[in-house]
Amino acid sequence: MYSKKVKLRFLFIVVFLSLIVLTIFIVFKVLKDNVVYFKSPSEINLQMEISKKKIRVGGMVKKNSVKMNNNKIDFIITDFKNELYVTFSGTVPNLFEEEKGVVAEGFLNDKKFLVADKILAKHDENYMPPEVKKSLGE
Amino acid sequence: MLNKIFETLKIISLSKLTRIIVFSLFVIFLTLGLFESLLLSPEDYIQSDAVRIMYVHVPAAWISLGIFSFIAFLSLGIFIFKNKNFVIIAKSFAPSGLVFNLIALVTGSIWGKPTWGTWWAWDPRITSMLVLFLFYILYIASWRLFENDKAAKISSLVAIAGFVNVPIIKFSVDWWASLHQPSSVKILSETTIHSSMLTPLLLMTAAFALFSVLIFLMKYNIELIKIKTKGLDRL
Repeated sequence: MYSKKVKLRFLFIVVFLSLIVLTIFIVFKVLKDNVVYFKSPSEINLQMEISKKKIRVGGMVKKNSVKMNNNKIDFIITDFKNELYVTFSGTVPNLFEEEKGVVAEGFLNDKKFLVADKILAKHDENYMPPEVKKSLGE
Repeated sequence: MLNKIFETLKIISLSKLTRIIVFSLFVIFLTLGLFESLLLSPEDYIQSDAVRIMYVHVPAAWISLGIFSFIAFLSLGIFIFKNKNFVIIAKSFAPSGLVFNLIALVTGSIWGKPTWGTWWAWDPRITSMLVLFLFYILYIASWRLFENDKAAKISSLVAIAGFVNVPIIKFSVDWWASLHQPSSVKILSETTIHSSMLTPLLLMTAAFALFSVLIFLMKYNIELIKIKTKGLDRL
């Protein structure tokens, strides 16, 4: 149907494309550790030494763990395997809630304790009106 | 055969009637979409009214990704068939793709502040969307930077290389720990957006798509006129 030249050019492009995909794949494999936006408490637990650099830890806010007094908030981030205590002074985002996703940015004191200077709330992929949520809860 | 398809396409796109039809459809869908998203749709159980930003943010992101993929697909055409009609169409789609990409980034930022608590995060999804934006700029710039024949080839290469980024954007929320929420509208499994919120989302997507087509038609006409006035009426 198409001439030989067209077929050859098509082959060339297929090879060219697979090369690009391969390159990017390798680059991302190498960079994997830097791409991750936050680490889980378990990953922190596995680390040999505590890094002095600023880190982000993400997970769920443990139920009944949030204690607020004045401007200070203490809570526990959990990934249901390991836990991490977080202390923070300042205002938290509106979506910050127990049993919801959270990302805390700050410095580790030890493997179990993080002094945060920024709290971000993580939202999940579920969207629904309040009435539906209520009927689901019942 | 290929040339015949392009000739018919040209006749359709050049007719004023096409533009009128597309424009009227756009107005209808936009009106319905805005009415649904601002008045009829409920608030979210956790985000309340902030969820309404989604009805602009998500369609804009979808359209910008769709247009870029389409441009990359058309760009293959110039290398396989040596037919420049492909790139003229691709070139004419680029501006609306760029604008919707920018809208997605800006509305995302506005949405991020009240929900996550930050305007910007170097999160995989957000960063890869920024990379797409850079590819759009690179694509449009290459048309300005090079002479006609060269520009067609270089811009096409940019689009094809940039396409690698598209699956990265799509799967960034699944592959890496990311602040951005995972996809809610899925092809293979159940959608996690309540139907009363899905309707405005889809209506707005249709409106944005129609808007892109409208801008495409105008841009495509200009491109064809440019070629004619240069005495290159055969592509």
